Amino acid sequence: MHKAALMGASVIFASAFGGAALADVGACLITKTDTNPFFVKMKEGASAKAAEMGIALSTYAGKIDGDVETQIAAVESCIAAGAKGILITPSDSRALAPVVGKAREANILVIALDTPFEPADAADATFATDNFMAGEMIGKWAAAKMGDPAGAKIALLDLNPSEVSVDYLRDQGFLQGFGIDIKDPKDIGDEDDPRVVGHDVTNGNEEGGRTAMENLLQKDSGVNLVYTINEPAAAGAYEALKAVGLEHQALIVSVDGGCPGVQNVADGVIGATAMQFPLLMASNGIEAIAAYAADGTKPVNSEGLDFVNTGVTLVTDAPVEGLPSISSEEALHQCWG
Amino acid sequence: MGETAGSSVQNEPRGQDFEQVLGQSDARLARFEDRPPGLIAALQHGLHGNPTLVPVIVLVVAIAVFGLIAGGKFFSPFNLTLILQQVSIIGILAAAQSLIVLTAGIDLSVAAIMVLMSVIAGNLAVFMGVPTVLALLVAFAGGSAAGLMNGFFVTKVKLPPFITTLGTWSIFFALNLWLSGAQSIRSQDIDRNAPLLKFWGEGFAFFGARVTYGSLLMIAVFLVLWYLLNRTAWGRHVYAVGDDREAAELAGIQADRVLLSVYGLSGFVCAIAAWASIGRVGSISPQSFYEGNLQSITAVVVGGISLFGGRGSILGALFGALIVGVFQSGLRLANVDVLWQVFAIGWLIILAVAIDQWIRKVSR
Repeated sequence: MHKAALMGASVIFASAFGGAALADVGACLITKTDTNPFFVKMKEGASAKAAEMGIALSTYAGKIDGDVETQIAAVESCIAAGAKGILITPSDSRALAPVVGKAREANILVIALDTPFEPADAADATFATDNFMAGEMIGKWAAAKMGDPAGAKIALLDLNPSEVSVDYLRDQGFLQGFGIDIKDPKDIGDEDDPRVVGHDVTNGNEEGGRTAMENLLQKDSGVNLVYTINEPAAAGAYEALKAVGLEHQALIVSVDGGCPGVQNVADGVIGATAMQFPLLMASNGIEAIAAYAADGTKPVNSEGLDFVNTGVTLVTDAPVEGLPSISSEEALHQCWG
Repeated sequence: MGETAGSSVQNEPRGQDFEQVLGQSDARLARFEDRPPGLIAALQHGLHGNPTLVPVIVLVVAIAVFGLIAGGKFFSPFNLTLILQQVSIIGILAAAQSLIVLTAGIDLSVAAIMVLMSVIAGNLAVFMGVPTVLALLVAFAGGSAAGLMNGFFVTKVKLPPFITTLGTWSIFFALNLWLSGAQSIRSQDIDRNAPLLKFWGEGFAFFGARVTYGSLLMIAVFLVLWYLLNRTAWGRHVYAVGDDREAAELAGIQADRVLLSVYGLSGFVCAIAAWASIGRVGSISPQSFYEGNLQSITAVVVGGISLFGGRGSILGALFGALIVGVFQSGLRLANVDVLWQVFAIGWLIILAVAIDQWIRKVSR
């Protein structure tokens, strides 16, 4: 308890309308940080659901992304506190696996949110965005929107040189959705389709997005379709295009659903983005813990996947036939951050 | 140093063999080398006197080589001015870094100060309705204060610069995340409420080249600092303290005061970089430039400024930044994978420091 207090854990107790049966059920939410809007939204979803169901929720967060020690200590505190379930976004998919193994030995339900463990079955379940599907969605949208996909000149703005799973899943999903032979789906850049102008990395921020776009324009100034790993990178890419007066030549697509990104869809900077739902990951997680506490049932993976898909929604103000989407105005009510 | 046969002969021979022949030996105590020193040694001496020569040569050779490999696209006026734009922010940070490195210090917090100040200026001007000029003045004052804070710990608390700035790097980064909520301020919001923040991103075009004011600002920052370091008493004091602090103090220089001014000025230059970065990036992005501190050190080192302090011209850091930019652009246009660009920059750093060590041997 002392340790928990030191880490600044906040506990939301069952409110008056909470179900009496679950009053003694404790749950933990452990995020990578508590500053990133994505995790803030996650915490919001978990807190609201816990209050609704009468579950006592403790929340913990690492100091920065990659802060493994704090997360390990948090898991240990949850085991000590006798929690029924732990929701965690592991800062390190491998390093956190042993300690959550201990939690599972203590009959605690462990659910990975957003980031899967390696191996994925180190946790009882994973609630996450289907990133390949997110990429596919914007790829299909772009193909339909362009009219003449054969004349496409595509620039791909990825995350970083280490090609982590979210990076290749979104990139390759986009290309597949657009109709390009991706060869090895885990390898970025092995395509030989001449429509691919090139790949560059952005570190997922505006500065990187701008520089990467400038670089790819140097390779081919005729780029007319830009895939971006996330919305900050997309904003940077747009600045680069605008600086040379090409912002109307190229269509930009992205993934995430952060509020500034959705606002950029409304402003015409981004053509379409695939929105993910951190709030749902967390609230579904709390429901799963409640079910486990009641009768021991564990969540079942979505069909054909090794995780539970919490859904992706296409956000665009230029809908195309055959692809369900919502407008930026609607999306502004659901965005995170 | 060659043959300095040093012994004097004045006494009578006393019977020991070796003393009898002493009279035939060279009686001079010491003399200067008067043989031609050879090409390599001449180069070593030349570089010791003028360490900026190395980066200039490397830059010219790199441009020529990449011009051959990557062809016309690399050599186009547009690409050459694009490189200038792309290095402008790291370049200004490298100028701030050079000041610290010249005093035999190192500053891991330069990029964190810059990003924090851009977030402060942005929040004030875009969201809180503060006049943009006032917001910028706050950022300049804040940057200087952040630099002085580093200087305080280095001079008064006597912490090593590396440790001090390792700490303040985290502190400034955390403040930045707290103030910004890790959320960017959008380009469109800046345009609407405080377009002056993006001034340095504007520019002009001629013959296909596109020069931004930010690129010119970088060059101006270097020229002003070069003047301060080389044409004022303060500048000589900075070099003196960096070269040998004790000797400088014996000569009457108040080393602590000089160091404090250097850290303060460095923080101020970081705030200039903050303003320029808003124009360059287009938005205010708390997650950008996370590795800016290391990139600025790379530029300084590749630019031939000695990490041991007191030697090297600040203009070297400008050339260092440009060399890194030319390498990245050239390798990219030659279709080299990103990870090999990282690899090449790594070797560039090792090579630069190795050359610095070799040049330093002259003085022994």
